[in-house]
Amino acid sequence: MDSQVTQVSPVRANAFTASALFTAALPFLVLLILGLAFPLFGGGYWGVIATRACVYWVLVSGLNLVVGFAGQIAIGWVALLTLGAYTTSVLAAGNVMPAWSPYLALAASAVVGAVFGLIIGLPALRLRTFYFAITTLGFATIVTQVALAWQSVTGGGVGVPGPLFPAPFASQWGFYYFCFGLAAICTWMTANIASSRFGRALAAIRDAEVAAEASGIAKPALLVTVFLFSGAVAAVAGGLFASLQSYITPDAFTIDLSILFFIAILIGGRSSIIGPLLGTILLTVLPEFAAPLVAWSTFLYAVLLLVIVLAIPGGIAELLDFKNRRPLESDRAIVPRPELVPRLLGKAPEAGALTLHQVALSFGGVKAIDGLDLEINPGQVHGLIGPNGSGKTTTLNVISGYYAPQRGMVRLNGDALPALQRHLRARARIARTFQTPRIVGSASVLENVMIGGTIDGEATFVESLLSLPRHWRDESKLRETAMQALATVGLERLANVRADRLQHSELRFTEIARALMLRPAYLLLDEPAAGLSSDEIARLATLILAITRAGTGVLLVEHHPDLIFDICHHVTVLNLGKTLAAGTPAEIRSHREVVNAYLGG
Amino acid sequence: MVQSIILTGVAIGCVYALIAITYNVMFSASRVFSFTAGTLGMLGGVFGSLFISRMGLPVAIGFLLALAGGAIFGVVTEIVAVRPVLKSLEQHLYVLSTLALALMVQQFTAIEFSTEQQPFPRLLDLPRVDFDQLFWLPMLACAFVIVGLELLYRHTLIGHAFLAIAEDNYAARALGLPERGLRMASFAIAGGIGALAGFAGGEMLLAFFANAPTLTFYGFVPVALGGMGNNRGAVVAGLLLGLFQQAANFLVGGIFASVAVFTVFIIFLLARPDGLVGSAVGRRV
Repeated sequence: MDSQVTQVSPVRANAFTASALFTAALPFLVLLILGLAFPLFGGGYWGVIATRACVYWVLVSGLNLVVGFAGQIAIGWVALLTLGAYTTSVLAAGNVMPAWSPYLALAASAVVGAVFGLIIGLPALRLRTFYFAITTLGFATIVTQVALAWQSVTGGGVGVPGPLFPAPFASQWGFYYFCFGLAAICTWMTANIASSRFGRALAAIRDAEVAAEASGIAKPALLVTVFLFSGAVAAVAGGLFASLQSYITPDAFTIDLSILFFIAILIGGRSSIIGPLLGTILLTVLPEFAAPLVAWSTFLYAVLLLVIVLAIPGGIAELLDFKNRRPLESDRAIVPRPELVPRLLGKAPEAGALTLHQVALSFGGVKAIDGLDLEINPGQVHGLIGPNGSGKTTTLNVISGYYAPQRGMVRLNGDALPALQRHLRARARIARTFQTPRIVGSASVLENVMIGGTIDGEATFVESLLSLPRHWRDESKLRETAMQALATVGLERLANVRADRLQHSELRFTEIARALMLRPAYLLLDEPAAGLSSDEIARLATLILAITRAGTGVLLVEHHPDLIFDICHHVTVLNLGKTLAAGTPAEIRSHREVVNAYLGG
Repeated sequence: MVQSIILTGVAIGCVYALIAITYNVMFSASRVFSFTAGTLGMLGGVFGSLFISRMGLPVAIGFLLALAGGAIFGVVTEIVAVRPVLKSLEQHLYVLSTLALALMVQQFTAIEFSTEQQPFPRLLDLPRVDFDQLFWLPMLACAFVIVGLELLYRHTLIGHAFLAIAEDNYAARALGLPERGLRMASFAIAGGIGALAGFAGGEMLLAFFANAPTLTFYGFVPVALGGMGNNRGAVVAGLLLGLFQQAANFLVGGIFASVAVFTVFIIFLLARPDGLVGSAVGRRV
């Protein structure tokens, strides 16, 4: 059985990659050819429009990672366009120091943009959605006002000439190809990120933040990187914009532009590159078809935004996603293959016991856990049962670092696990699932499972950006392991289906597959059997036992007594945050208080 | 000079506080921060100028029409931009839907009313004095709204119902409270308060479509500093904001004053994301 799978899965994975890669690249190739051939049939003014679309896309491609992937509502990104435009123009014009070469000035503006992208983005790490939206909007207003006031440098209301790029980029079409080239590079780079562990991690932060943390994704570090990149390309777009305008004043950088960028992404759809690209082209070209529309363009964008939000939240990308319209088989049984577990998890990780010592935590006056002792051993299933509100999930949350216990310690192999450092749990090889599955609905099942292996990737953000060899090695390794994990839980046939089309029980097994990607020393399962049929529960039981045989310790929070008593090596019964009873299943079954209070009869 | 800073600061602070209360009243009813709060303030000024200066209606009638217009826009906000996305509050779609509506109204005003600042009529036929109606009208409006809301919330049955909805939406519905009706009523009241802010501060702010984003931003500062849904905190923070802005205006000049306000706001928020008296966020897992 084992050897058979060894042969099958890599082949399948490769075949999948090649055909999927071609399908995904096709629209980009069409756009590339159209873009290259554009000067043959477009003339004069349309050349300016096409150049403008390229410039906008350079900015939007970076912003797309912030808005479309990470889900941060950054409305005021025009601030970075302004900054880049002025930095490039002022340096190239030599207002303050001897004139720089325009290329050097453009590079300098990229650096300035990266720094300010970080400054504008940083509040996102602390603030809630609407707060962040407002602060970016504030930045957009401020930058324009400063440009207006700082006359000695920016020329104030009079403005400053934009940089002129020397031949071969001096002519209209030369400059068009310059911008088109940069736009193509940005497309390529962001598409690389989108299909890397970083792109998946960003989507996880957006749609399932707790699952991202449990998979070891450090939101601050990742967002900082993305803000740096996004700020840099936005400022480059600003430099190009200034050159295209040939003369810039603060009036050129209205909030309307910001709205255009932002809406282009939402029209395009989240977690997509081609969608926002088409969105940007659409919004740039749309007002040009009828002169009266120009004045109403922002109004139209706003109407479009409202329609998108209310009617098609998936945007263009979802409309183009034909693959996921095919109906799925309606009668699907999940048949895990526990025999594959050893291959997936490999040699048992060397870990000592996971212990809780006198842990206490109260919310207000409610004592959620009140002096709890717990010891979970490698290779064993430890059941945690108790009535609702007895502190089961709170215990899981303390172990995975969502709450800092007010008293007591959580130790792994004798070392204290730092409280509230959630993303470090994955490094300690502690994986978990959630009571309500936390899944990125718009990503495929395979991608969701690959999120679980994020910390095992070796390529840095820059390596992925430039698609260097280590990026490819990471990807094929992650994909292969994820296919194995899916085969283990019995979902490999659904690997390429959008996760939000799955049934509830399938999502539960998807979460287990994602958790297994960590090759966990400890696996915390929060009511994994809820909503499963009795057949599925039986299969889940054999899967859990197979996982423990590979050396993993399992903490199982459950309400199904059968599951608990069938597979647990040790059971702890909680009541009001305290241990009511602890022992082997047989002991618990005959414990009078437990039977009276909880099991009934 | 000090006197002028204080007068202008308190007056403009009252306008900010009223916009903050507009945010709060909408937030309490729906858990939604709406980008239309500043738009309502802008509309108050535009309606005043439109009805009284352009159409020549009496001040009292123009005032009532402006309030009614604000209330109607509040209800429209609820129907168009809030109700459809309430189910998916987690995805923050409300940020986008209310932004879209705010932009639509703002652009429509710019094109159909004017892209330039338009004069706002002098409401009362009184001679100009140091302590002019320019300053005391916003203060009066703010005091009126605060007292009115306190009376409404504490001493009327419908006020208790509002509080119940704000406290626990599900429990309130389980008790049989007409949640949708109360939410619409809240948005109507918020609309009236927002329009009142723009109307009372009209002589200072004038009738100008671009007041919308300005008020959206400066009106949100007191909400963030005073704590979500906390009207008293909003008034205190609004007055502080107005005074700080005017003082900075005088000390470092107009444009850098807004830079100063913005910087202080960001630093404060980063240090205390939940405001002066805020509480921590609830359970996530």
